[in-house]
Amino acid sequence: MSLLAEMNQRALELGVPLSVQLDITYRCNERCVHCYLDHDDHGEMSVVEIKNVLMQLADAGVFFLTLSGGEVLMRRDFFDIVEFARRLQFNVKVKTNGVMIREAEAKRIRDLGVEQVQISVYSHRPEVHDAITKLPGSLRRTVEAIRFLRSQGLKVTIANVLLSANLRDYPGVIALAQELGVAYTLDPTITPKIDGDRSILQWRAEASVLGDLFHDPALVGDAEKFCAPPPPPDADVMEGYPCSAGHTSCYISPYGDVFPCVQFPLPSGNVRRQKFLEIWRHSAQLETVRSIRARDLTTCAACAHVGTCTRCPGLAYMEGSMLGPSTADCEKSFQRTGIPTANMLRRSSHATGGPLIQIQPAELPSVDAC
Amino acid sequence: MAEKYILPSTTVAARMLGGEMMIMSATDSTFFALDSVATVIWQSADGHTPLSEIVAAKICAEFDVSLETAVRDAEQFVEDLARHGILLVSDQPIRFPAQPLGVQ
Repeated sequence: MSLLAEMNQRALELGVPLSVQLDITYRCNERCVHCYLDHDDHGEMSVVEIKNVLMQLADAGVFFLTLSGGEVLMRRDFFDIVEFARRLQFNVKVKTNGVMIREAEAKRIRDLGVEQVQISVYSHRPEVHDAITKLPGSLRRTVEAIRFLRSQGLKVTIANVLLSANLRDYPGVIALAQELGVAYTLDPTITPKIDGDRSILQWRAEASVLGDLFHDPALVGDAEKFCAPPPPPDADVMEGYPCSAGHTSCYISPYGDVFPCVQFPLPSGNVRRQKFLEIWRHSAQLETVRSIRARDLTTCAACAHVGTCTRCPGLAYMEGSMLGPSTADCEKSFQRTGIPTANMLRRSSHATGGPLIQIQPAELPSVDAC
Repeated sequence: MAEKYILPSTTVAARMLGGEMMIMSATDSTFFALDSVATVIWQSADGHTPLSEIVAAKICAEFDVSLETAVRDAEQFVEDLARHGILLVSDQPIRFPAQPLGVQ
């Protein structure tokens, strides 16, 4: 076990929130077609409130702090916040579109000891990237920012969100990342807007495209191993928990709302009204999230993929139940292995109006396979 | 032997977890976990208290070890951390420019 894995395990046992993502604003200078946020300011926390929260997070044992948004640099006090966070000795990661980062900003980020910067790039082609961000010239500005950051020796990762609008561009973005000497990560997850509007899901890549991605060695390494059928789940798998959300990590919005994760919009408290540790330790919502084990999942517990699926409890929650399946992840498991998930089989049985039974005695009432 | 003065580098992240200090370098993302003795030294690294004084007051007072052995081990330890760039070591007191923390 690596030191980092040991640290995670210890944090889990001690109930320590090792990682927190703090969105300091939802305002943004881009208007990405698939964005789940509302970009108006509905009363974001002041710098004094944020510093107070940061001190509470340090006292609670938070080590990894991700500052995100919106666009973090839309806040004029962004560097005050980073400086304060670094004085509290957080490991700071910044997520940005880079449009406002020039040489001076890159140098300041380096001087403050930010560990890494993640920058969104949708395509290597300006006409595609700029059409997604709706900001003319944004790809040029973003790539320039990456060069400024690299010239300061900073660790940069390009985050490439996969949409129906940029399906075939990821090899070009990988090549761009290689040219710039930065890491690359592909994310096919598009979530509903935080107000529940699901219209942006139209930008999700078609499921069949995922199959191609999962078999591309440039993305997954050993594709045969990556796409292998799931092993039968053992007792450890069934006693396992879905992900770190609410266990060793959580998310705080610019308005102080605490959630298990940025993709898990279950309101669990607000740091403007309560102490962070009070929310972390005693929120009924977080306690519910923590109580869930794989064996408790309504459909997934009986699924062949239960031990290997990337099932997101937040997406499941947005679909109607944090105990239920996340259809987008079911699709990924299927496209990766070719083996239908329990949820897909259940849905297909419902779609045909009958149970998932090929042969049944005519005199018996039909049986719902669920 | 000259006194040594120690101060954590400004490029590190550090946090106590279950009695041990976790440290990550922002320069190369190297991760370190310090045991309880090393954690005491790390927490006492203020740039102006001599290492020998830290060892005498904080290590020998709390752990069953001779001063000579403890100082030798401590010097080895701080040199190791200095090589990784996460601790500043000097034979002169180190000025620390940071302002005290507080909400402004």
